[in-house]
Amino acid sequence: MTDETDAVTAEQPANASHEKFYVRFTLAQRYLHAALFTSFLGLAATGLPLRFSDNAVARKFASAVGGFGAILFFHKFCAIVLTLAFLYHLKDLVARVFIHKEKGIFWGPNSMVANWKDVQDLIGHIRWFLGLGPKPKFDRFAYWEKFDYWAVFWGMIVIGFSGYAMWFAPFFAKFLPGWALNAVLVVHGEEALLAILFIFSIHFVNTHLRPGSFPMDMVIFTGKETEEEFQKKRTLEYERLATEGKLESRVGDKPVYWWVNFAKVIGFTAIVIGLVLLVLTLIGYFGTA
Amino acid sequence: MKVDSGKTGPCRVSLGSRTWAAACVILALSAFPFLLRAQTDCLSCHADKTLQDASGHSVGVDGDKFHSSIHGVLSCTDCHTSIKEYPHPDQPAPVKCATCHADQSKAIGDSIHDGTNPHPCTGCHGDAHSIFPKDNPKSAVYPLNIPKTCGSCHANEALAKKYGLQNVYATYMDSIHGYAVSKEGLLVAANCMSCHGSHNILSHKDEKSTTSRVNIPNTCGTCHGGVKDEYAAGVHGKAVADGNTKAPVCSDCHTAHAILQPTEATFRMQSTPICGSCHKDQLATYRDTFHSQLGLLGGYVETARCWDCHGAHGILPASDPASPVNKANLIKTCGRCHKDANASFVQYQPHANPHNRKLNPALYYVRLFMNMLLWGTLSFFTLHTLLWFIRAKREQAAEEKHD
Repeated sequence: MTDETDAVTAEQPANASHEKFYVRFTLAQRYLHAALFTSFLGLAATGLPLRFSDNAVARKFASAVGGFGAILFFHKFCAIVLTLAFLYHLKDLVARVFIHKEKGIFWGPNSMVANWKDVQDLIGHIRWFLGLGPKPKFDRFAYWEKFDYWAVFWGMIVIGFSGYAMWFAPFFAKFLPGWALNAVLVVHGEEALLAILFIFSIHFVNTHLRPGSFPMDMVIFTGKETEEEFQKKRTLEYERLATEGKLESRVGDKPVYWWVNFAKVIGFTAIVIGLVLLVLTLIGYFGTA
Repeated sequence: MKVDSGKTGPCRVSLGSRTWAAACVILALSAFPFLLRAQTDCLSCHADKTLQDASGHSVGVDGDKFHSSIHGVLSCTDCHTSIKEYPHPDQPAPVKCATCHADQSKAIGDSIHDGTNPHPCTGCHGDAHSIFPKDNPKSAVYPLNIPKTCGSCHANEALAKKYGLQNVYATYMDSIHGYAVSKEGLLVAANCMSCHGSHNILSHKDEKSTTSRVNIPNTCGTCHGGVKDEYAAGVHGKAVADGNTKAPVCSDCHTAHAILQPTEATFRMQSTPICGSCHKDQLATYRDTFHSQLGLLGGYVETARCWDCHGAHGILPASDPASPVNKANLIKTCGRCHKDANASFVQYQPHANPHNRKLNPALYYVRLFMNMLLWGTLSFFTLHTLLWFIRAKREQAAEEKHD
């Protein structure tokens, strides 16, 4: 039985010097994640004061940053950054499907599309939580990672559409019914609340704060993980590549020291901001309910 | 000391009518020096400003100031009637202003100030020997001096407490009226007297008072005539006229003393809860909208407040074709901020209630779906993550023990 809890993370230099590093994310994917989380933090920090505008902290924050004018400007700015990141990802997908004719985008172990094994993994994983069975072995993308991906995908469409509908309301009013103009604010706010609560609690714990990854999974920043980590977290993928003899093609350079430290500063800052916003969101939600 | 007798003295021969006439003119003219002499007589002692009576009360009089005052043509004894000759009694009878000013004296007697002042007249008009007409800047009741004069009692915390009054002096001075009086020197700006009257001031609880609820629209309307007419034609004015005591009068929205310029940020920020203090449901639904969310955050005051859409003074029901929120006028009303407002844009409901299935069914189900999605997802994954976390911790502990 593979156990991930004693996985060695990239920042442990004692092992790092002897360890092989395997590439999990491309540079573009890492930049995409960085664009995603910085703009998301910006959107959350400027959107929450609006959602909880009768909260004293929200008002103080808004006054401190230059009032609502500044808040809305920054919110729209971050929205454009996130939209561009999303469009870049769509362009990337289209290119991979139609131009590079890449296989396995919609099915197979490298796909983000859910399959029957994910259902089995979910059930198996819960059985393991309860001590009713062995821990399932995961491939390249585990079911909760796929859920994260699709939650963000769906969230960006829903929040993005409702946001732009408010931004350009007279234009959207040309083809949306009257009640939809009321609905977009409800949809925007509720979906954003879901995204904020989900990312800052579930995603943070599942990906970064749980034993085995605590305090932060560096792979999204460095793009690489140690052989031990690879083997234990994504056993099926490791074994598959080993059998196919493709393991060597995934080997990468050891992440540079300054880059790891830089990423840690950025990553921890993001996590701290996220946790603060999570607490404020919960106060705002249950304090005014 | 009288010397006038000498002037009419030598008249032994028979005199013609012209002589008699001349004698009468001389006699009449002689009255003037007598009068002057009478003040001079009193001032020969009372010009001494340090002069005090037995009880230590100052009895000095500034003769020049008195001569220039509105009462300067009077003789001292016209007011101090109990004094006939010198030496006079130590405690002359109190001066009765009512002898000449009977109407004012009666008004004071009927007013809220009856018996409150040490002296009913000088309390406001100041030193009895230097009273000036109210259009003279030296007068204590000159329009620009009134706030200070009233404030000599009404800015006094102890006094305010004693009579259960709010200390409104400071709020008035900071208001648009107080500013106009104290900073701009605007004579027509409302001072205390403009609203409360002068001698006849009554408690606002008294229906006859200029500041009673029923009279406030008229009182403010003495200056704000156009607004008064608009108000009288609107739902609030009509309700007040019909005897509805809960319907708002000017001061309910504008306050009485702390009146601000309505376009000012502070007033825009505070106006919505004022309407909401009666229109609670409308405030609640407004709070759910983007208008409110923007408006509540510091620094952004331009977003629609109640009166931006409904009007302020002449508010009409939406069914009235003249109402800015009548369906036919919505494009124009919304268009004041939303330049591209079109027929479909104005279908937006600024007071939609997502909790009301009957009124807003679509919004109700959208909200229900979003809420179920929100709490469904979070509940499942919170449990999932918690169980995972506990399991992983125990596993980690077991590994460490094993090592």
